[in-house]
Amino acid sequence: MTKTPTRRSALKTLAATTAAATTLPMWARYSQAQTSEPIRIGFQVHRTGIGAAYGRWYDRTSQAAVKLINEEGGINGRPVELVAEDDGTDPKRGAEVLEKFANQSNCDIAFGTLFSHVVIGSAPRAGELKLPYFVVSEGHHVASGMLNRYTLQPGITDVKSQVQAMAPFVNQNLGKKVTMIYPDFAFGHDHRDYFSAATEAAGGEIVAKIAIPPTETSFTKYFPQIPRDTEVIYHVMVGPAVLTFVKEMGEFFGPSRPEIFGFIDSLEAVDLASPGLEFLEGTYFWEGNPRYAQADQSEHDKFYRAAVGVDENGASVSDSKDISTYSHMFGCWETLFTIKAGMEAAGYTGPADRAKLIEAVEAMTDMPLSREHPQGAKVFNGKTHQVFGHQYITKVTDGKLILAHTTSIEDTLYPDETDYTTQSF
Amino acid sequence: MLAALEGAVTAAVLALTAIGLSLVFGVMRVVNVAHGEFYMLGAVIAWSVATSLGGHPAIGFAAALVIAPVVVGLLAAAADMTILKRINYDPERTIVATIGLLYIIQQVTLMTYGPEARPVEPPFNHRLALPWVEWGEQGLALYWPWGLSTTSYKLAVIGAAIVVLLGVWVMMTRTKIGLIMRATQLDRDMAQAFGIPVERVYAIVFGIGAGLAALGAVLIVPIQQAYYLMGADPLLLSFIVVIIGGLGSLPGTVLAALLIGMSDGIISVFFSPTLAKILATLLVALVLVFRPQGLFGTRAA
Repeated sequence: MTKTPTRRSALKTLAATTAAATTLPMWARYSQAQTSEPIRIGFQVHRTGIGAAYGRWYDRTSQAAVKLINEEGGINGRPVELVAEDDGTDPKRGAEVLEKFANQSNCDIAFGTLFSHVVIGSAPRAGELKLPYFVVSEGHHVASGMLNRYTLQPGITDVKSQVQAMAPFVNQNLGKKVTMIYPDFAFGHDHRDYFSAATEAAGGEIVAKIAIPPTETSFTKYFPQIPRDTEVIYHVMVGPAVLTFVKEMGEFFGPSRPEIFGFIDSLEAVDLASPGLEFLEGTYFWEGNPRYAQADQSEHDKFYRAAVGVDENGASVSDSKDISTYSHMFGCWETLFTIKAGMEAAGYTGPADRAKLIEAVEAMTDMPLSREHPQGAKVFNGKTHQVFGHQYITKVTDGKLILAHTTSIEDTLYPDETDYTTQSF
Repeated sequence: MLAALEGAVTAAVLALTAIGLSLVFGVMRVVNVAHGEFYMLGAVIAWSVATSLGGHPAIGFAAALVIAPVVVGLLAAAADMTILKRINYDPERTIVATIGLLYIIQQVTLMTYGPEARPVEPPFNHRLALPWVEWGEQGLALYWPWGLSTTSYKLAVIGAAIVVLLGVWVMMTRTKIGLIMRATQLDRDMAQAFGIPVERVYAIVFGIGAGLAALGAVLIVPIQQAYYLMGADPLLLSFIVVIIGGLGSLPGTVLAALLIGMSDGIISVFFSPTLAKILATLLVALVLVFRPQGLFGTRAA
């Protein structure tokens, strides 16, 4: 990993053999130091604030990926170093963190964030700093053309494609009349807009849309707004109160619930065996990557699970109560390997090659199922800077999430809404 | 009914929290900005007690119900003696000092307890449901989940809050310590002249105030979850309640808590929760304009 001994011995040899050439050792030292210096990846992480549970697992996954990359010789022969900085799940702090990466800690690129408001708050600054910014956020804001050429999302699919792929399943198998419950900010609005559109296209109907402020802590008061003819509840919640939300939903409906389809975001990092969640038996979830190891688990998922330290129930191997954010954190792993592939293709040597790195990533298309992409095969769209991939629908069976349906990548595609490659660097 | 019940739960916990704030202000003339953090500490301690004891959830919860308010109360009394006493209870400086206290408590919790929200299991929890009855096209129709649905625990919270509030009232009006507190409230110097150890009274009052907040938190934590930032909302609402009720007036505080809690519940169900918050804030503004001493407050002497 470290090349210091090599450099020292090289210098010694140089000094001993060519004592006459006085300028040569200086030059040799310089070029040697340049290539053995680590590649520094600024890691914007939600250590505190409403995204803390995600941040903890994003951190573990990224550390595991970097460890593996370094064990296998780093990127272009240089070790990789993660420079982690807490953004407090706060957009303003997020932009400051990017600034710190670019100007103080000499990072080559920035990477990390999940929560859409932090991404939207930080990305313009990344563009101004000309700092490649690889996000793992799920938001549609990358592919919608709202951001800039320096922001890419190669490791996780966006809400629009996820939701669009879910609508036919919900309408055909669960019911036509859907009530949506979602958080009242950009991420929830993405769900609202794209799911409504996709449901109408699939012949269903949205009978009510219930927006809940993201800081809400008590939910029972919202449930009477659910129309009585609702056949399916579609829920997606984020933040520290998600368990309360699902529990109160169970208390509200009791034994007479309609069909329920939820995004696992409502229960990320929450134990499915928590008291009060029994009513979820038989309901369906979207999962980005199935939390419980499935019967047809791929060898790559097995490898990835072991590397990050997650057991077959999606909990930490050291603490079975510490549940992972399995549906999202794979994005960190895959993004880091995409960065590696991009830097190798671009022959990346330092910040001067940042534009070359982005062009190299933009040129990518197919990403087959592999150790680098354990969630499944993906297709990257260089124009919209967004990746597309399989989505999973699981059903709660005996307290575990068992795979019920896997969508194709084609189900998740939609026409391009922007072309970042036309923007100059 | 559902609206009223949800409102009553909010009101019950709010009354407990606000009465502590009101007590502290009434007796000590200290605006305690760290009050919400004492509330949060109560919830966090409830979680650690409940998880470390194990066994049936009721045992852990009962222990938390006793331990959390006492620990928080002692902590607050210590804070009073080490910080507030040193700055002579000067109104401006106590505000700054309690803001400092707020951050210290919050960040220490973040460092030790972590940023997650953690649940506490309620000691008992039965789902109670009544159907919604309506004359439809086919005659009398029953709709199950849309009538009244609540849990026994929520009803118990309301009951417990009433008991505690009665206890506080009895303490203030019927006991010697209550008499001493009221004497201190009326005239600090005179009380001291009559041999009342004012500084000790202050420490006790500050402790009781924080303990009440912690008690409210222990009651609510099985419904919500313990989280290091959970103190902000109750603090704001407590201030709203105390301002509407009149700073230092206990009956006013209880009535205002009822008003705010119920209107929050009912408006949230029938309209939107945001509207409920807007109305509460509007009410504060109106009270401040037209009755600055609060609904039940007496004009400052």
